[in-house]
Amino acid sequence: MNVELRHIHKWFGSVHANDDVSLRVRAGSIHGLLGENGAGKSTLAKILSGYITRDSGEILLDGNPVDIRTPTDAIRAGIGMLHQDPLDFPPLTVLENFMLGQAGKTLWLDHRSARRAFLALAARFQFDLNPDAHVSELTVGERQQLEMVRLLALGTRVLILDEPTTGISAEQKMLLFAALRQLAAEGKAIIFVSHKLEDVEALCDEVTVLRHGRVVGTVSLPCPAETLVAMMFGKVLVEPAKPHTARDAVALELHNVAIRTELFDLHVPHLAVHRGEVIGLAGLEGSGQQAFLEACAGVGRLAHGTLRINGQDLTHRPYRDYLAAGVCYVPADRLRDGLIAGLTIREHVALRAPRGFFINHAYTAQLAEEAIRAFNIRGTPDSRVERLSGGNQQRTQLALMPSPLSVLLMEHPTRGLDIESTLWVWQQLIARCQQGTAIVFASSDLDEILRYSDRVLVFSGGRISPPLSTTTLTVDQLGHMIGGKF
Amino acid sequence: MSGEQILVVLATAIASATPLVFAVIGETLSERAGVINLSAEGTIMFCAMVGFAAALASGSVWLGFLAAAAVGALIALIVAFNAITLRQSQIAVGFVLALLFSDLSSFLGVPIVRIPGPTVPAMPLPLLSELPIVGRLLFSSDVVVYASYVLIAITWLFFYRTRAGLMLRAIGEQPNAAFARGADVIRLRYLYTLIGGALMGIAGAAFSLDFKAGWSFRHTGGYGWIALAIVIFGGWNPLRAAFGAYLFGVLQSLASVAQDQFQGVPTQVLNVAPFALMILFLVLTSAGWLDRLLVRAPASVRRRVLQTLRTAPPAALGKPFVQD
Repeated sequence: MNVELRHIHKWFGSVHANDDVSLRVRAGSIHGLLGENGAGKSTLAKILSGYITRDSGEILLDGNPVDIRTPTDAIRAGIGMLHQDPLDFPPLTVLENFMLGQAGKTLWLDHRSARRAFLALAARFQFDLNPDAHVSELTVGERQQLEMVRLLALGTRVLILDEPTTGISAEQKMLLFAALRQLAAEGKAIIFVSHKLEDVEALCDEVTVLRHGRVVGTVSLPCPAETLVAMMFGKVLVEPAKPHTARDAVALELHNVAIRTELFDLHVPHLAVHRGEVIGLAGLEGSGQQAFLEACAGVGRLAHGTLRINGQDLTHRPYRDYLAAGVCYVPADRLRDGLIAGLTIREHVALRAPRGFFINHAYTAQLAEEAIRAFNIRGTPDSRVERLSGGNQQRTQLALMPSPLSVLLMEHPTRGLDIESTLWVWQQLIARCQQGTAIVFASSDLDEILRYSDRVLVFSGGRISPPLSTTTLTVDQLGHMIGGKF
Repeated sequence: MSGEQILVVLATAIASATPLVFAVIGETLSERAGVINLSAEGTIMFCAMVGFAAALASGSVWLGFLAAAAVGALIALIVAFNAITLRQSQIAVGFVLALLFSDLSSFLGVPIVRIPGPTVPAMPLPLLSELPIVGRLLFSSDVVVYASYVLIAITWLFFYRTRAGLMLRAIGEQPNAAFARGADVIRLRYLYTLIGGALMGIAGAAFSLDFKAGWSFRHTGGYGWIALAIVIFGGWNPLRAAFGAYLFGVLQSLASVAQDQFQGVPTQVLNVAPFALMILFLVLTSAGWLDRLLVRAPASVRRRVLQTLRTAPPAALGKPFVQD
């Protein structure tokens, strides 16, 4: 089915999220929707799927205008959307999720025929899903596969995917891309919303770039990456170079350490992280990187062994001693572990104040203003942190880090951020290294690990590799090691 | 205790649990849709009064039940409007309504205190009531009791075997996801809150027209709070909630029957026993020792046991649905 959007407008309060957006997607093609965070891509996708209602504009399917105002309208028109955070029901089973919302002739649920239809569709795309598993046990990638199968069973002819490659494994990504190509070949229209250039380049036939809610242009792929980047940001971006910042003094030292996790025990015979050095933790998610970082931060406990910060033995000491020693931990889940949803930037600043019973409002407001300016946060001192975009939340976290800092432990420092924010975050981190901070970070982006680390630890199958220097390491070697070959 | 005594205890238990069954099923329905109807105490008490008064005035117990159901639904409408449309705190509104309507029942019920009125006629079921033991226990009472059995079965079938029931579980869990699948979350929440309120009204009438026929001040005192507790104990599952209601009934009737049996035990002990047991059960099933106990069990068994014993409230319980 051919899709055409004409002059779509959408306002959220005073924000013009979609400003006169027009777009054509041919049946049988994969159309990319590219733009940085906040460019209006998701809004447009949700308008087409009826999840939010447009303020004005026209939607045409195969040339016929259709008035899509609710998800029901969209489903009836054959439009299905895979949301960025899968909209499913964790306590229910896979099969129940599949059946929920499917049309049926009778009052009763027909488990048997639903199971048959589900397994047949899943097998078509080589999705290995157990219909009786609970969705809460599934990975993000598997939940996505479930949603795709469900949408196709609804008779979806226009499939919209919002940032589908965030948080899924490389293998799941390959399966996803293969499935999307297959669907396009069958004549379906696929709309692929992403801020990841490499994914769009690998998959799409055409791409429309959005910036600040407006269409910058539509180009056919392949097309030089520089052109797309310039369209996305309106300027050319330069990657910060990582200078050599490691010094002789040791900031973090682990000796004969064991860390107990639910699944396995991690052992580190000896590791010395130097001041100014960057250590990358590579590996599939859940291989123990988080337990390792938490143990180093003093949040988790060591089963045995010693841990020294700047030569001072902090094994089994309380967390506040780690804070006093200049250790800072920035977890992946920004709103759960990092920031406090419901509080404003200024209140976060006030919380960090060392002593005193009363809050000095004028002073904290001034500090918050300074942080907002220095870290280029799009928000005011009284913006609540959960209302900020992911990139601005990460900037806020960085702004709240104390100074000076001996050891900085980070989990996925740039996950979910657009290219501009990612580069900016690393500029800040490199500046920290130059001041002598040692950084240990976990990431699932191998390019990020190789580009910025001095040394790498690979986590695989409950083991940690010895530290490897990045001067000779390649992505391929790293990939093999993550697979367990070391 | 003799067999005869046990039978009496159980029969009393079923009779005293019947109003509770209506109430817990009603509240379960409402909470599954995501709305806590905390007014249960007030609704049940007020509707007991209304049901009795209506039956007295019209001479028909069934009109009494109808009036009680209608008033229960009306009180639920106040809860629903505040919770769903105005997006106010469900706790605050429900609590105030619970206090308001229990006091209002005393105030408006003055003219009908302790006067005789109509009751639901006994109706032993032919054939079934002649079965040994179960016949006397289950099938020798009246239509209201039989209706409560049917209600339990129908609610369970509805929850787990129909598409509408699946959608009901969905809107209390992830209303946004249900909306994306075409559900009219607002309308469905209104619907189930009203049905739940009507059932709570019926629970009141089952009290004043059947189990303890008549009306006196605070006639149903405490039953609404008990119903709210049993819904949690029942893990928002109609079968388990009904089981909780019957368990409560057994302990209650033990308390009255066994007074002369256990002379040394104060009656209050047996009266509060159900609550202590409920708390103990919830503590035991949520504590970590259960995991340790099951560590050696095969994964499938472990999962099954944990799923049955450990329940979580609907994820969106008490949260208004805001469409973005």
